[in-house]
Amino acid sequence: MGEALLEVENLHVHFPTPDGVVQAVNGISYSLGKKEILAIVGESGSGKSVGVLSLLRLIPARDCKVQGSVNFEGQNLLKLSDPEMRELRGNRIAMVFQDPMTSLNPVLRIGDQIQESVIEHQGISEKIAKSRAIELLELVGIPEAGKRYRHYPHQFSGGMRQRIMIAAGLACEPSILIADEPTTALDVTIQAQIIDLVKKLRREIGMSVIWITHDLGIVAGLADRVAVMYAGKIVEFAPVDQLFKTPQHPYSRGLLNSLPRLDARSEKPLEAIEGLPPNLINYPASCPFLERCSYQTEQCQIPPEMRSITTTHEVCCHHTEKL
Amino acid sequence: MLGYICGRIFALMMILLAVSIIVFSLMHSVPGGPFDERKGRLPPAAKANILKKYGLDQPVWKQYINYMSHAVRFDFGIPYQRPHTTVAKLISKSWAITVQVGLTTIVVAFGFGILAGIYAAYHQNSWVDTLVTFVSSLGVTVPNFVVAMWLILIFAVSLNWLPMGGWGSSGQCLIDKYFCTDWILPVVAYAIAPMAIVARYTRASIVEVMGEDYVRTARAKGLSEIKVMRKHVLRNAQIPMVTALGTEIPNLITGSIFIESTFRINGLGKYFVTSTLNRDYPMIMATFLLVAFLWGILYLLTDIAYTMIDPRVRLGAKSLS
Repeated sequence: MGEALLEVENLHVHFPTPDGVVQAVNGISYSLGKKEILAIVGESGSGKSVGVLSLLRLIPARDCKVQGSVNFEGQNLLKLSDPEMRELRGNRIAMVFQDPMTSLNPVLRIGDQIQESVIEHQGISEKIAKSRAIELLELVGIPEAGKRYRHYPHQFSGGMRQRIMIAAGLACEPSILIADEPTTALDVTIQAQIIDLVKKLRREIGMSVIWITHDLGIVAGLADRVAVMYAGKIVEFAPVDQLFKTPQHPYSRGLLNSLPRLDARSEKPLEAIEGLPPNLINYPASCPFLERCSYQTEQCQIPPEMRSITTTHEVCCHHTEKL
Repeated sequence: MLGYICGRIFALMMILLAVSIIVFSLMHSVPGGPFDERKGRLPPAAKANILKKYGLDQPVWKQYINYMSHAVRFDFGIPYQRPHTTVAKLISKSWAITVQVGLTTIVVAFGFGILAGIYAAYHQNSWVDTLVTFVSSLGVTVPNFVVAMWLILIFAVSLNWLPMGGWGSSGQCLIDKYFCTDWILPVVAYAIAPMAIVARYTRASIVEVMGEDYVRTARAKGLSEIKVMRKHVLRNAQIPMVTALGTEIPNLITGSIFIESTFRINGLGKYFVTSTLNRDYPMIMATFLLVAFLWGILYLLTDIAYTMIDPRVRLGAKSLS
């Protein structure tokens, strides 16, 4: 992958609540290379969204505690002042959110919403910004961009709105695009179009992408590398084909086994992962997957560390040899 | 849009007609009349003469038709309380003062209320927020004549800073006979309750909008907090605010008998009560029609305001092109 563009080290995100501290993210580390598409997968509540929101310091709760370091171009994002952080947001690192129906401001024209980050960061005139916005609309495949520029979000379908969100994200040609489940609310044909669009843009603009999803089908078709998250930790980190061929962590295997396969016999029921993820307030002292794991031993009372099994494949389990 | 507004104005006429029928029949079904003797008895012939003079000897439906045929020509009759003038003159004279009180109060209440609401919303759970919430609750629960008495006791009696009453007669004014020192206490007393409501609504609307996904999107674009607030939060927070706060306006510009009698202001507010007590039929009709008219116009203006704030609202549109 060459030199890393973004390096996240030992990131923790904790929320104090009246019931106790919610340990949403517990020491995740990963790096993102130039032009790389990194997928982060995991079930709801595994900390994948909070993990990336904290990179841009966009978590709404004021009292949340973020620890660790996030290195981007030689600076630790967690240590920047608010104006320095704003300078990066939308400009060098852009974000596309999950629900296109609610993530666009209903009372502003979409053209305004696409160009506002360019006007903010590059200080260009409205007129140039407008032509840039129309260019972006064409880039993401919105027909009649010149006319649609003046329309409001409610005049677009869900898929179109997600394209608009992506256009707004790309406005400043960021180095990194963080996409937080951007296709979850869309139907599969639109999903495929959006994925093709992101791949095309990666080639053309040369940006890196962090793509958060719980859909392994999208991961297979899009990502270079995959991080599997469970209970606020990365439990497995591997190039996409290695993960799908030789999953090492029992959780990753469970996820893959729970997928329907075209070549499998139809009578066999899909395998579910039994049990529930641990409570993030009373975080277990053992391996967090212990209770749901069929390979558990005495050793699992001690939480495993992340270790490399090949140069590119890391896993967080004591029993990789047995699997 | 124009067709829609014409339709709404026609509907308003129908509402005024309905209100006039309801009010006319109700006020005539209340026992007692405008010329009932309180002390000595009038000779029956004299009384019949008076009733005949004002057309009160005729059946109610005939009186109604008689009243309305004059009212459509803007002749609202003679107030029985002050027979030397006309209803139109009395209302325009007293309402001119009430509108001054009302508009000043609206500016004060909405200005400070919105500012306090925005501040409280942006500093949630801080001491300022707690203070705004506390003062708002107080403002809503304590009646304005009690506030008026406190203000008079403190600022007029004890400190002797401001006059106890009057409107434009203190001699110390900003412009001519307007914005005088004797405006301060009545306006403050009158404004506290609506200001509290405005502050609470503003705070609630803004807090709700601040949690919306598109505000997070705006922050993710790297916009400054002020731009996020101006462009994204306030624009959207206006929608519920217009709904809830517009209705304060007609109440405020038709005056309050409590404020007017406490501060000796010769406004319209007191006629709502005295005309009913005195069975002053022409004055009752005129005041009720005025209120109904103001409410109708206000609702129309609120609906037009929606179309300007929210592009999803299109008045009277059959379909989206």
